[in-house]
Amino acid sequence: MQVHIGSLTLRNPVLAASGTFGYGDECKELVDVNGLGGIVTKSLSLKPRDGNPPARIVETASGMLNSIGLANVGVDRFIAEKLPYLRTLSTAVIANIAASTVDEYCAVLSLLEAQEGIGAYEINVSCPNVKEGGLSFGTNVAMTAQITRRLRPLTKKPLILKLTPNVTNVGEFARAVEGEGADAVSLINTVVGMAVDARKKSPKLSTVTGGLSGPAIKPIALAKVYEASKAVKIPLIGIGGIMTAEDAVEFLLVGASAVQVGTANFIDPATGLTVATGMARWCEQQGVARVADLTGALEVSTEFSVLRTWL
Amino acid sequence: MMILRAPVVSLRSVGPDMYVLSLHAPQIAANVLPAQFLNIKATDGSEPLLRRPFSVYRTQGENVEILFNIVGAGTRILSRLRPGDLVDILGPLGCPFSLESDFRTAVLVGGGLGVAPFPHATNALSRSSRQIRTFLGARSSPHILRDHLQNVSVATDDGSEGYHGTVVALVRNALESGSIDRPKIFGCGPEPMLRALARAAIDLGIPCEVSLESVMACGIGICQGCPVERTGGEKKYSLICNEGTVFDARTIKFS
Repeated sequence: MQVHIGSLTLRNPVLAASGTFGYGDECKELVDVNGLGGIVTKSLSLKPRDGNPPARIVETASGMLNSIGLANVGVDRFIAEKLPYLRTLSTAVIANIAASTVDEYCAVLSLLEAQEGIGAYEINVSCPNVKEGGLSFGTNVAMTAQITRRLRPLTKKPLILKLTPNVTNVGEFARAVEGEGADAVSLINTVVGMAVDARKKSPKLSTVTGGLSGPAIKPIALAKVYEASKAVKIPLIGIGGIMTAEDAVEFLLVGASAVQVGTANFIDPATGLTVATGMARWCEQQGVARVADLTGALEVSTEFSVLRTWL
Repeated sequence: MMILRAPVVSLRSVGPDMYVLSLHAPQIAANVLPAQFLNIKATDGSEPLLRRPFSVYRTQGENVEILFNIVGAGTRILSRLRPGDLVDILGPLGCPFSLESDFRTAVLVGGGLGVAPFPHATNALSRSSRQIRTFLGARSSPHILRDHLQNVSVATDDGSEGYHGTVVALVRNALESGSIDRPKIFGCGPEPMLRALARAAIDLGIPCEVSLESVMACGIGICQGCPVERTGGEKKYSLICNEGTVFDARTIKFS
């Protein structure tokens, strides 16, 4: 079940997505965290962030909109209070970093680089719910490339760029970060969406728009991972609406080497474990020797795809 | 805190679109404290996707009961459950009312479905030597649910039963009369009611805890989806799910 993301070996391909598993300790009563391939922390910023005012979440058809606004304890308290628990885990810990300037990304990564216990970094350039940074970085190829270029010399650990689907051509972004030395890309972050209360004539979220996640976005995510897989050679981590082992296998087939389970953790934090054990069983039943053999094994009989025109 | 699939014992109608669902969940029934809640998923699959939070209404031996009314797709599914159906529950969650603190009379104030935590609280309080006064408010008489409560006074918006006006006005009158011995208020209900109740408690210098409700996804503090603004503290927001649902009313910045 092992897979590799740059120099990082995951015991299985299933990670808990950033912002859906806290800092690990919140879920330990309900799940054997070490059964996961790894966990990605809640986004860490240089200073603590309060997050956005309520309402922050709304359920929509087979999905949910969120506008949390990167509420987090900040990197200093993470190091002092959260990292000691994470160090006790035998599974991979990936620190997710968010920032509103390039210098801030560098500062957070440097602070974490001085600590033991972090296996890789995932760089959030794609949060749709903050004014500075976030999407304004992630929808700009040159800026996304610049962030990667500045961070690359600061660490030898795997550098994963988390991309937004809110662009026309995600392959272009994947190529840009590959060109700057990123070890992997993870995709997709949430899709910009909106919910309206018709009776009150008002948006349901305090920030008007938010990020859509859950099974509703899985088809979008599969298409974006497929597109990125045609654009780059570095490993891809597929994210978007994964609830079951079969969902995860679909992401591997379109080109992902690993996956992240996100929104499903809100329903049951043990979903990642169920997905991982289900994938192992699926491989056994289908005669797949190594789960890594599934990556990119999609059989496409026709050359017609709208994505072709973008690549 | 645990996740389990609990069989439905019974579903009974207790008012207009109001139901009490009883689930067989011995591990939860034995441990759940007043104002704690369960996060419930009534169907497999993704429609609706998320769990829904419900206060524990009462425990009965190995069974645990919740009170709900039909507001959307999730509660409609709950209203159609049959005995033996399995319901996925995560709980018990949240911090309980502080029933051990220094007071002589528990003043329980429920607005609408906000009556939900009080039968369980009444049961806990009745094992102590404390007095209980209960004040319920609702739109009209059929919406008043007085089962398993003690010393109930009622206020209705339309005057169809009891005091014609808000439950907070009724409570304020009672507290101002000075007839209630060393009171502490426990409130649950819609936000405008809790805001008025908090103001009354502050005016009268009476301790007051409120149980807040919110849309939630996880119920355990990981999604960060249920913030409430606090006054004065180190952090601007607290999470209603795991730092509440019960808060000292003086520390809440009502919108």
